[in-house]
Amino acid sequence: MAFLELTGVQKRFGEFAAVHNFDLAADAGEFVSFLGPSGCGKTTTLRMIAGFERPTAGKIVVNGADITDKAPNQRNVGMVFQSYALFPNMTVADNVGFGLKIRKRSKDQIKKRVGELLELIHLPDKASRYPWQLSGGQQQRVALARALAIEPQVLLLDEPLSALDAKIRVSLRNEIRAIQRQLGITTVYVTHDQEEALSLSDRIVVMSEGRVEQIGTPFEIYNFPSTGFVARFVGTLNVLSAKVIDPGAGTLEVAGQPIRAAKPISGGHAGGMITVALRPEIIQLGSRADLNNLSGIVDDVTFLGSIVRVRIKFTDGSGVISFDTFNNPHLAVPDRGTAITVSFPTEACLVLDQAEAAAAAAPEDLDAA
Amino acid sequence: MGRPNPAITGTAIEGELGPGPHGPGAVPSNSARRSRRSRYAGRIFWWLIFLIGFLYFFLPLYGTLDFSLKSKPFGSAYTAILSDSGFVSSLGYSFVAGILTIIISILIIVPTAFWVRLKYPQLRPFIEFITLLPFVIPPVILVYGLLNTYNGKSLLPLGDSDTGLNVLLVAAYVVLSFPYMYRAVDTGLRAIDIQSLTEASQSLGAGWGRILWQVILPNLRTSLLSGAFLSLAIVVGEFTIATFMSRPAFAPYLNIVGDSKPYEQAALALVSFGITWLAMILIAVIGRNSRSQIKVTLG
Ligand SMILES: Nc1ncnc2c1ncn2[C@@H]1O[C@H](COP(=O)(O)OP(=O)(O)OP(=O)(O)O)[C@@H](O)[C@H]1O
Ligand SMILES: [Mg+2]
Repeated sequence: MAFLELTGVQKRFGEFAAVHNFDLAADAGEFVSFLGPSGCGKTTTLRMIAGFERPTAGKIVVNGADITDKAPNQRNVGMVFQSYALFPNMTVADNVGFGLKIRKRSKDQIKKRVGELLELIHLPDKASRYPWQLSGGQQQRVALARALAIEPQVLLLDEPLSALDAKIRVSLRNEIRAIQRQLGITTVYVTHDQEEALSLSDRIVVMSEGRVEQIGTPFEIYNFPSTGFVARFVGTLNVLSAKVIDPGAGTLEVAGQPIRAAKPISGGHAGGMITVALRPEIIQLGSRADLNNLSGIVDDVTFLGSIVRVRIKFTDGSGVISFDTFNNPHLAVPDRGTAITVSFPTEACLVLDQAEAAAAAAPEDLDAA
Repeated sequence: MGRPNPAITGTAIEGELGPGPHGPGAVPSNSARRSRRSRYAGRIFWWLIFLIGFLYFFLPLYGTLDFSLKSKPFGSAYTAILSDSGFVSSLGYSFVAGILTIIISILIIVPTAFWVRLKYPQLRPFIEFITLLPFVIPPVILVYGLLNTYNGKSLLPLGDSDTGLNVLLVAAYVVLSFPYMYRAVDTGLRAIDIQSLTEASQSLGAGWGRILWQVILPNLRTSLLSGAFLSLAIVVGEFTIATFMSRPAFAPYLNIVGDSKPYEQAALALVSFGITWLAMILIAVIGRNSRSQIKVTLG
């Protein structure tokens, strides 16, 4: 049986529904991320697990016990905040030991446990410092130690890294993951950063406007997005408009060039327009007879460090398509203005339905990510 | 006060270090000379303001001191008041009332301001208005209202006994302290992220009492000190309410002395002023020490 279960959980603020029918079953020791854009209800859901918000409907069960109506201080749930929320009047040791003091542990026990935790977060020499004497990354590690000190049943983290700079963010997230594995603690991690979610999680819950869009492993979410929203939000995406030639055979036309989808087109009729999404890393340079081919003029070349992203403009002016290639010193980067052909497998064509297509086309397409 | 105006310093640096038209070692440019002059002007201006403020504050004190020393023999006004038992007893009474006022006011204001900020932020203007009422209602009205409400025929005849009147007096002072205490505490609460701190405490298992006492209160130290200073100063100098309740407080005593002994009254005013300052320093030291004590015991 699942360790942490949310069943039909809803939250309304007056008329506004922040979370609709949220269902989740997380196993013991699992690392689950809530991923979604700002305002989609990630924090609200997390706060319901912590007990700071009361669900309007639904049930939250931890380890077989219904905690839906329990006060937050009765739940034994550890929480890490974006703002660290360390007690400014207490030293690092007292911050970490706070929960143990409440649990009436002896002084020696507290001292021992605090020592262990400070070892765990690699700050053994900072016990008598005050929070303002620490860097942001150090403060957040102390906050993590404080949450772990009480041996919570579930660890909740709400964008714990978003106040830190990029380097620390990566190293600390690896540290969080390592500690989580070591302790085997069931963890829910809120983020709007897809890279964070993909690299950390056992499973990801992709949310949009208070709804669960998809729950799956990072591999599933990235490679087999079940909705257009997920496809757009996770990773980067080419969004192309295509004319349906034969829905049964899955044949389409993009910029006057024929391509084929792996499956029949369900939402379109011959002559109608649909939207197709393509991941840039699945597209390769050069034409191949067994794959879909598209030709155009090189419009822009962007170095992104380990990869190079090339944007191609269709000659009929109907749009652009980008593809990625690994960078290396011998790479022959096509010049702007040259005509090239790219190819991709039929299975790579994600056909989006109309509503999803609208959502997918709206914000930045590729370059922002 | 003597802090240089950043705008002025900025132009001065530009004039001195910027790539001037005459190259290195050239005479200071016009703009540099001008900005240096305006910097002097600015400094003189600030000193002038400071001097005016200083005189405004200290001239009356000096006048009082000068007057009090005119009694013959020299200093007799001071020996007279210090040997008068009424001085010590009335000042002691006022200080006790002041300390009680501070404690009760903190006990009422801190949880209220905390709760309002945390749960009902939309009520803040309303609460603030209520705490400002003592500024609107004259003390005479307040004291009459209290004496009438709690007179001998009421359910709670506090106005009938000395103890009852003492209670009423402190209660009235607590109300007088509200505007200062509430504002100080509310500003202090704004400086800390009370929602996150509260939720962090809750998730660690803390109840409301512990949150208030161990998390919120210690982080309000500076605010509480300033609220306490103001409350104490007001209570020690309060005249109307104490007089109408015929309490043996300091201000009425000062007034009685003044009727017959003007030199002594001046001396009293000065001494009480000094003692109040001493008390404030004491509160500050206690406040600071309790923090360092925490450091010592934990460190
Ligand atoms: N106490 C509240 N009262 C009214 N509306 C609220 C309240 N808390 C959250 N909301 C609304 O619920 C929605 C979801 O908020 P939530 O904080 O869960 O978003 P989020 O996914 O965490 O976003 P972000 O990434 O910006 O933190 C938002 O539209 C927000 O305005
Ligand atoms: Mg959030």
